[in-house]
Amino acid sequence: MRTPLFILVLSVIAAAIYATFHSVGNDYLFFAGYTVLQYVVLATAWNILGGYCGYVNFGSAGFFAIGVYTTVFLYTLGQSVEDVFPEFLVAPMQLIFPLPLPILVVVGGIVSGLVGLGMGYLTLRLRGVFFAIATLALAVVLETLIVNWDFVGGSRGAYVIPPNEIPIFGPYIDFLFALMLILVVVSLTVARLIERSKLGIGFATIRDDELAAEATGVPTLRLKLIATVLSGALFGMAGAPFPYYIGYVEPGSAFNLSYAVNSIAMPMIGGTTFWAGPMIGALLLSTLQQIVTVTISSAVNLLITGLLLIGFVIIAPRGIVGLWQDWMRKRAERAQGSKTTASAEGSPA
Amino acid sequence: MEFDLLVNAIIAGLMLGGFYAAVTAGVSISFGMLDIVNIAHPGFIILGSYIAYIVNTSLGVDPIVISILALPAFYALGSLVYQVYYQSFEKHGQDSLRGLAFFFGLLFVTEVALNLVFGVDYRSVTAPYIGGSLSIGAMEFPLRMLVPCLVALAMFAGLQIYLSRTFIGRAVMAVSQDPQALQLMAVDPIRIKRIAFSISLATASLAGAFLIIIQPVIPSAGRDYIGRVFAICVLGGLGSLPGTLIAALLLGVIESITATFYGPSWAPAVAFGLLLLTLAVRPSGLLGR
Repeated sequence: MRTPLFILVLSVIAAAIYATFHSVGNDYLFFAGYTVLQYVVLATAWNILGGYCGYVNFGSAGFFAIGVYTTVFLYTLGQSVEDVFPEFLVAPMQLIFPLPLPILVVVGGIVSGLVGLGMGYLTLRLRGVFFAIATLALAVVLETLIVNWDFVGGSRGAYVIPPNEIPIFGPYIDFLFALMLILVVVSLTVARLIERSKLGIGFATIRDDELAAEATGVPTLRLKLIATVLSGALFGMAGAPFPYYIGYVEPGSAFNLSYAVNSIAMPMIGGTTFWAGPMIGALLLSTLQQIVTVTISSAVNLLITGLLLIGFVIIAPRGIVGLWQDWMRKRAERAQGSKTTASAEGSPA
Repeated sequence: MEFDLLVNAIIAGLMLGGFYAAVTAGVSISFGMLDIVNIAHPGFIILGSYIAYIVNTSLGVDPIVISILALPAFYALGSLVYQVYYQSFEKHGQDSLRGLAFFFGLLFVTEVALNLVFGVDYRSVTAPYIGGSLSIGAMEFPLRMLVPCLVALAMFAGLQIYLSRTFIGRAVMAVSQDPQALQLMAVDPIRIKRIAFSISLATASLAGAFLIIIQPVIPSAGRDYIGRVFAICVLGGLGSLPGTLIAALLLGVIESITATFYGPSWAPAVAFGLLLLTLAVRPSGLLGR
């Protein structure tokens, strides 16, 4: 399928989902749906670096929080234009602020991507493990910075008050949901484009054997940096609308470890080598989580996520997509075997 | 009194560093020598803390004694974890991505399970030396810090002697360099790695007891140590226990000075700064090869 057609199909599906949710007219559906879609974006973003390049990012929560706090920062800035800017800038700034949410999403993506670039530049030249550890520590340090930064609320947290209604969409949550749907379309398209381009082949060589790739002239550092920036930017974009969704942000919720765990667990469970894998994992796992959170408790849902991650990593290393491909191949082989036994044993790699 | 403050900050930092050395010892063995990136180690340390807490509150036994008694259990747990890790990942060649995800899952599950059982309240232990303090002139040695530090140093010395003097210890050092040569000496590298990993996990029992003596513990406390542990490990030079000790003391002192002069909320950022600096300037660490 060509990319424009792919985008069209995805958009139609997204519009259909939105229309269905809208016709049901239950706000909870939108709130729960937003979380599920957010995880689709996070899982896809993680997979660009983790699944395609084989570099594990444990700092998803950090990149996500950069998007969150970019929004909080710009929102707070908009609330206190008179106090922050010199007098001659107040009038033009009042025209600019408050920034519309789509712009905040783009800004969040840019900031998060830049942090990814800086981090990657320092650590990606070394073995992959060092990068993983550095990302793990990154979340802790960013949290420390935010806790000590009073302008965005520090450890007290900050309120971001969304408007009640918005033209065309009606309730604000409908608008947030639609925005997240667009982000899902964007991230899936990006992932699929990467997978089918030279870039994706380059990424795969890094994942399979970085030394050999380097020796054959693949610019590994540059490719890894591209992956880090893309993945970081998508994380930031997913985080930017979050303050408007939740209304009150504090470091503990923005840097929640469950973001890091989920964005690793979902691609691992879905399958890391195919663009739809993270989406499948995210849809299944986060729907399950929504159900368990409502019926049992949120602590149990985290436990289930962790156990599923361990289980899948050990038993089904290629995720649901891998299981499905194995099953299809076996079926095809059986069908072929019954027809003719003379054909060669060439199974598709 | 600025000078007194500085001296006391350095002393507190050295004692903290001794404790950090105990926390890092396990990772220094598993990550540095065996190339197993056990990021779940801090989770096991918290598990050690909670075992010390349970026995201490119900029977009143000293936490360090408890942790020594718990060593065989942690050793067995280490063997089990290594067996799973070896069977599912190491045997099939290098798939570090899934191995990392496995340990990350372990870390997370430990934390959530402790959360479910004990809740998110701070837990602490009682021992006669907690609260007491030794002072020489203007220098203060809180026993709460001094006792864990001294036991930690003793443990560290024991580990170093074991690794450099005994046959199995030397085999552990060798397995990181050339497992094939080890096989030629009629030693099973898998067995050696299993022993080494079990030892590394056993240190978590002691480190856990130290942690809960020094400060009250919550299930999520382990996360704060991941950055520190790996910063120390990398700064010291992978696979070098003396390097680890020096780096731990260094980080302890820097953190303590930061906390004294800039406020404790900045301390967690120190380790990360140090880690990034090391990775950028000297990735092989202080005493690395």
